[in-house]
Amino acid sequence: MSRKIRVLVAKAGLDGHDRGAKVVAAALRDAGMEVIYTGLHQTPEMIVAAALQEDVDVIGLSLHSGAHLVLFRKVLELMRAQGLERVLLTGGGIIPAQDAELLQSEGVGRLFGPGTNTQELASYIKTEVAVRRAAGGER
Amino acid sequence: MELAAAVLAGDVRALARALTLVEERLPGARELCVKLAAHTGRALRVGVTGAPGSGKSTLIDALIHVARTRGERVAVLAVDPSSPRSGGALLGDRVRMTSHAADDGVFVRSMASRGALGALAPNAGEALDLFDAAGFTLLFIESVGAGQADVDIAAESDLTLVLTAPGGGDSIQALKSGILEIADLWVVTKGDDPRAASVKNELLSMLTLCGAPGIAERICIVASLAQQGVDALLRKIVDAGAAARADGGFDLRRRLRVRRRILAAAAELCAERLPVDTPLLAELEVRIRVGDLSVVGAARALLSGGNA
Repeated sequence: MSRKIRVLVAKAGLDGHDRGAKVVAAALRDAGMEVIYTGLHQTPEMIVAAALQEDVDVIGLSLHSGAHLVLFRKVLELMRAQGLERVLLTGGGIIPAQDAELLQSEGVGRLFGPGTNTQELASYIKTEVAVRRAAGGER
Repeated sequence: MELAAAVLAGDVRALARALTLVEERLPGARELCVKLAAHTGRALRVGVTGAPGSGKSTLIDALIHVARTRGERVAVLAVDPSSPRSGGALLGDRVRMTSHAADDGVFVRSMASRGALGALAPNAGEALDLFDAAGFTLLFIESVGAGQADVDIAAESDLTLVLTAPGGGDSIQALKSGILEIADLWVVTKGDDPRAASVKNELLSMLTLCGAPGIAERICIVASLAQQGVDALLRKIVDAGAAARADGGFDLRRRLRVRRRILAAAAELCAERLPVDTPLLAELEVRIRVGDLSVVGAARALLSGGNA
C-alpha cells in the first residue's frame, strides 16, 4: 500500500475568495488525499513553514487577487531555500494564460482555472507525486 | 546527518520527515523510535478533547501564546477524522493556529485518524515521543471532536483537559461518564457567553455528586479569543504537571502508556495472524448457525486451530 498524498491548500495574501480552495480541498479529500487547509490571508513565509512542518507532497495556492506572479514566485523561492524542491507547487484561480506559462517556465506546476474538472486535478497530482517520490528513491 | 541525530538537534525538516515515517510505519520508523526512546519523558503532554466545535483548536492557540511568553517550546498534534469512504481527510485545525506560523518555537502537525477509534490517530503516541525528543517542552494533543466514549487521549497524555461550550443544548449530556471521568481539568469555553456560568455550575454539581476531589479548583472558564482565563488555566496545567512529577503520577502514567502500547501492538499482530478466509472459518460459521457452538467457542476454536 502506498503512503497517503499530503496536500497543503492555502490562500495567500489579501484575498477572501475561498470557495474555490474549499471545493478543491474537499475534492482532493474525496480522491483519498490528506488535505491540510490553512485558511485565509497567509503570507508566503507562513505557507512554506506550514508545508515544512506538515511534510507535504504538494502545495496548492488559490489566488484571485491578481498578485499571482509575486506570490507564486515568493513561495517557490522560499521552498527552494528550505530544501523543498521535491514538493509540487500548483494552484489555481484567476490567472491569465501567459502568466501561467511564465510561472511554469520558472518551476511552478500546472495552474488550473475556473471550470476545471476536479478529477483531472486529482489525477494530475497523483501522477506528479508518483514521479517526484520515485525521483527521491521511494517506490 | 543521520535522522535520529537531526531530530535530537531540533532540525525542523528532520522532525517533519520522522513524523511521516512513524505515521506511515515506513522502513526505519521502529529503529528511529528505539534510538530516541532514551530522550523522551521530559515534555508535559496535555490532551485536549471535547465535542466538535467546543473550541479545542482556539483554546490551544490561546494557550500557545501564554506558554511562549513563559519560554516553553510548544508542539501540537492536531487529529482530525479520516473519511470512511475515500480514506482521505480534510485537516483544518491549523486554521485557528496560524498566528504562530512564523515562530520557530512552535511546531504544529496535523494528523488524520485513519480509522482508529477513540478519537486519536494510530501512531499519535509515537509522534508525541518525537516532539519530546526534539526538545519541545509542552505538547498538546488535540483529539478528533469526541463523543462520550473516546477516552484514548487520556492514555497518551500526562494531563487531560475536557472542554465543554455553552449553547450545545444540554451540554453536560455530551460529557457523561466516560469522557468526563478522564478529565484532570474541566474547561468551560466561550466564557464570554452569558450561559457559561450556568454550565460551570451544572458541571460542579454533577461532579460533586460523583465525589471527585477538589472539584471547584479543577473547573475553569475561559474565553480563548479574548485571552480571558487562559493564563490561569496554563498555570494550573503547569502546576498539575509539576505536582505529578513530584508524587510519581507522571512516571506511573508513562509506564502504563508503554505497557498499553505493547498490548495494542500485540493485539495487532494477533489480528494479522488470524485466518480470514479458510475452510475452518466456514465450518465454524455453519456450526454457529445450527446452534452447535457459541461465537466465543468458535473464536477459541479458530485460535487453537480447530479444536472446539
